[in-house]
Amino acid sequence: MEMAQELHVLAVDDSHVDRKVIERLLKISCCKVTAVESGTRALQYLGLDGGKSSMGIDGLKVNLILTDYSMPGMTGYELLKKIKESSVLSKIPVVIMSSEKILPRIDRCLEEGAEEFLLKPVKLSDVKRLRDFILRGEGDDNKETEKNIKQVCSRKRKFQDDSMTQSMLSAVVTAHDIELSSQESSASSESQQPLSKQSKIG
Amino acid sequence: MHKYSKIMEQIQRKLAEYTASLYNEKILDEQFIQLQQLQDESNPDFVVEVVSLFFEDSERLLNELAKTLNQTNVDFKKLDAHVHQLKGSSSSIGAQGVQRVCISFRNYCDDRNIEGCLKCLQQIKIEYTLVKNKLETLFKLEKQFVDAGGSFPVV
Repeated sequence: MEMAQELHVLAVDDSHVDRKVIERLLKISCCKVTAVESGTRALQYLGLDGGKSSMGIDGLKVNLILTDYSMPGMTGYELLKKIKESSVLSKIPVVIMSSEKILPRIDRCLEEGAEEFLLKPVKLSDVKRLRDFILRGEGDDNKETEKNIKQVCSRKRKFQDDSMTQSMLSAVVTAHDIELSSQESSASSESQQPLSKQSKIG
Repeated sequence: MHKYSKIMEQIQRKLAEYTASLYNEKILDEQFIQLQQLQDESNPDFVVEVVSLFFEDSERLLNELAKTLNQTNVDFKKLDAHVHQLKGSSSSIGAQGVQRVCISFRNYCDDRNIEGCLKCLQQIKIEYTLVKNKLETLFKLEKQFVDAGGSFPVV
């Protein structure tokens, strides 16, 4: 069987913690990851800064750019704009992540051409959904590639169902238990829902 | 077929109770469980590594916050930026106690309320120290469990 081509994702985030987590989420979803800490570094990697690009002709094509919104220096929005303004890179889908659900911000990003806006903390289901969306849009043998990647990815990882609580304490503590015990909680948790209604991804 | 020793059962129970208490006392939230789900045999130290990064980041940010609040003319924009970062990383690992104080802190920054900010800084230090101690204890208990022959996830 022909080895499925892995998707290559460029992740941009100034937070060490978030870079590590997003990298893991992407690797579990069978994506190649390049994680950088700023918009400037991202542009360098993509070859937009006039300098030599790390992207070779043969190998390192980027299939998706996943960037945080709030970063010092260049924001994710500014990075998005620069990518969409580039004739070479504008076709690469860009997804913005943010811990803040600010509707005008979300609208602005989507209008500028972002594929989707994800609320942090990003979940494994978000990443898998993104991966599947990108797979559907890549190459000629979409269906075959998509199926292959999903099969290979399933075999690689023993724990398949990310809706199941995998923690060793699943017998004692589940998300449901926490739900019950925090009913009186005054701290409201931020919505974890991706805004797929407003995005192009259905 | 596994046959757990009595000692291992005791450790396992202790670990389960301890972990449950962290959620019940609202020190950790569901995001921590999400992180644990990302750990497996190929990445057995994932959670410890992420939490270590969180500790590093937090300590740096707490220092920055103290410095910024110590200035004659407090730069509230800078203050807010640091708190935003701390809020983000605490949210990413599920440290809900720290995250909660960050939310209040940002409100005081918006109001340019130095007293409020100073109070929040004290509170964040308390919450941070608490979650740090709790997580370090958790990791110790997990290590005891593994050393006694246990493995994750519990079958």
